[in-house]
Formats: sequence, structure tokens, C-alpha cells
Amino acid sequence: MRCRKCGGAASVEIRRHHTAFCNEHFTEFFDRQVERAIEGERMFTRSDRVLVVVSGGKDSLALWDVLRRLGYQATGLHINLGLGEYSQESQRKAEAYAAGQGAELHIADIPGEFGMNVEEFARATGRVSCSACGLSKRYLFNRAALDLGFPVVATGHNLDDEAAVLLGNLLHWQTEYLARQAPVLSGAEPHLVKKVKPFYRTAERETAAYAVIRGIDYIVEECPNSVGAKSLLYKEALNLLEQAAPGTKQSLYWGFLEHAQRFRAVDDPALRACVHCGQPTTSEVCAFCRMTERAAERMRIRKGSPEASAPLAGAGRQGQTR
Amino acid sequence: MKVVIRHQKREVEVAGRRRVRDVLTELGVNPETVLVIRGAQLLTHDVQVGEDDTIELRPVVSGGDA
Repeated sequence: MRCRKCGGAASVEIRRHHTAFCNEHFTEFFDRQVERAIEGERMFTRSDRVLVVVSGGKDSLALWDVLRRLGYQATGLHINLGLGEYSQESQRKAEAYAAGQGAELHIADIPGEFGMNVEEFARATGRVSCSACGLSKRYLFNRAALDLGFPVVATGHNLDDEAAVLLGNLLHWQTEYLARQAPVLSGAEPHLVKKVKPFYRTAERETAAYAVIRGIDYIVEECPNSVGAKSLLYKEALNLLEQAAPGTKQSLYWGFLEHAQRFRAVDDPALRACVHCGQPTTSEVCAFCRMTERAAERMRIRKGSPEASAPLAGAGRQGQTR
Repeated sequence: MKVVIRHQKREVEVAGRRRVRDVLTELGVNPETVLVIRGAQLLTHDVQVGEDDTIELRPVVSGGDA
């Protein structure tokens, strides 16, 4: 297979575009897709400071890398979930990248701040792990962006992630979620920071290829809690379709974006500040504070001491980022 | 030839002198879900791999919510 641009040996085939590229021209293609996403959706400009949520995996490190290469002001935020060796290794990957590039990285440490990990959050509230983890990450990156003065947060969600979420929402006709699924989620003053997904045009296989070509050392192992996750089942189904009919994922998600207005909520619920932590919520106490309070309560009961002190949500706001 | 299947933490020996896509078919791996790497070089599915080659199948699919 030859590179469409230079005719040299190709390294990456992109079946949905009936094309293939060598390393150099794949990177050029990849950059262009990311720029089109950022500019087309007005995500941010080169004069904005962008906080990139960096897990240590391929997507987030690739995102941080491509934004820095393209001249954006991208700072990293790693959230340590407290999942043993997996979390330690993930943090090491993020820190090694930052050190190698001379890039600024902040750390939010869940067990360090709350005295427990996301699995304990999940158990206390009956949520599945991925749900408790997602809630924690959204809460912590919003809070970090506010504390550190970033107007926008970027995550490494790619086309496959978005297509899988969309499939799940469609299978259960979760119209509220359909209304909120977009490459850009606008913020709301004064507490909710704008969130963007610059990889919504690039397939998961392409972000991985970019990471390999760029020599990025990312954590290849999958999160131990994602075994059996619905998102993996949806991705497997979509990849079977993609194999038989290249372009299916792109057609599903980009087509949805063209029609998304049909699902948009007429009235967004009014946001107010959580009475405990000040983060945005539609109720008196935000979902994250409710979750961490229940988890702290559960821990007190397990220890058999109602007086036993356990960290409260929103407490200890100093020092969780650096 | 040796195939290192990274996500399953195992290595298998299969016959070489054929295309990457034939190796993936034999192993029952959907080509959409992996990168195929020889040394530090990504391989497209039409590349011929030799009997003495070692290739890595690196998963590209991550799960979970965020």
C-alpha cells in the first residue's frame, strides 16, 4: 500500500477515506482533522489557555501532544483515581511526558484528598465504576479549571468514544443525553467551564497510530474496572459494522451532529452553586458531594465509629492540584 | 513468526510469509481494533511478514466513561 501523498510505503490505512499515508503525511492528515475540529466548532484559539485532561492513555497524551505541536497553550491535568498500580502507572506516564516536553502538569489526587478511591465511591452509591469515575473526573476537571483560571477544558474523546456513547443513548432512547451530546459543551458563568473534544473527527485507531508514530509512551493496559463496560460492548458492535462497511462510525456520529438540533432540550435546567462546594448543580447539593458524603458515611459505619473522621466532600481544597 | 498480543499478555507462534490481514484472520482479531507494529514501524494489512519476524498487536480500544 502506498502513501496517497508521496507514493512511499504507507504505514496507516484509513479505510473510511479509501486512503493510506506514510508517517509524515498521516501526521499532516491528523493535524488537519484536529485543526478542523477546533476551528470549525470554535473550541478555542491560540490565545486561550487550555486545560487538557491527561489520563496517561493514548488519546489524552496524543491530544496534549498535538495541541502543543500546533502552537496551542495546552496545560495538563492528571486525575489520580486511586486504582492501585494502574493509577500509579498512568500518573507516571503523564509525568514522564510532561518532564520530557517541559510541559506544565497539575495533579488532582482522589485518594489523597478524599481518603478513598473511585471504586469506594461507586460501591457507596450503587453506581457502576465507570459512572462514579466519570462523575469524579468531570467534577475535578471543572474545579481545577476554575481554580487555575482556564476558560476551557479539552478531553481526548475520539470518534469511536462518541459513536459508542451515541449508540448507547439511542438504544435506550435517552433523549436528555442525546440533547447534551456534542463536541462542544458551552460553559455557564460563573461555575461551569466550557468543555471540548478536539478528537471528535479522528477515529480511535488513528489517535493510537498518531501516538505510536510520535513515540509517545502511553499506558496500553486497559483500566481494570472497564472489564464488562457497556461502552466496550458498543465499540465491539460498531467495529464489526466498521469492518464490513468502513465509515459506519463516522456516518453515525457526524450524521447525528447534523440532526442533533432535533434533540436539543428546550429549557436547560437552571444551574446554581452547590451549598457544600460551590460547584455547579441543578439541586441544592451536587451529585459529587452527595456521592462522597455517602461514601464517607459508609466508611464510618464500616469502621464502627460514628465519630471517626472521614474527609467530607469539598473539604481540603488546597493542595489537590499542583 | 512470533505475534505479541499485547492486551492479552501472550505470545503465539503462527506461520509467516503471508500478509498481516491473513495473520489477523487466523487469530480472529478484527483489524479495526488493533495496530500492527514491527519494530517501531506501523504495518498496513497488505504487508508481507516473514517467518522470522516478530509483530505486536496493540489494542486501540479503550472503555469507560468520562
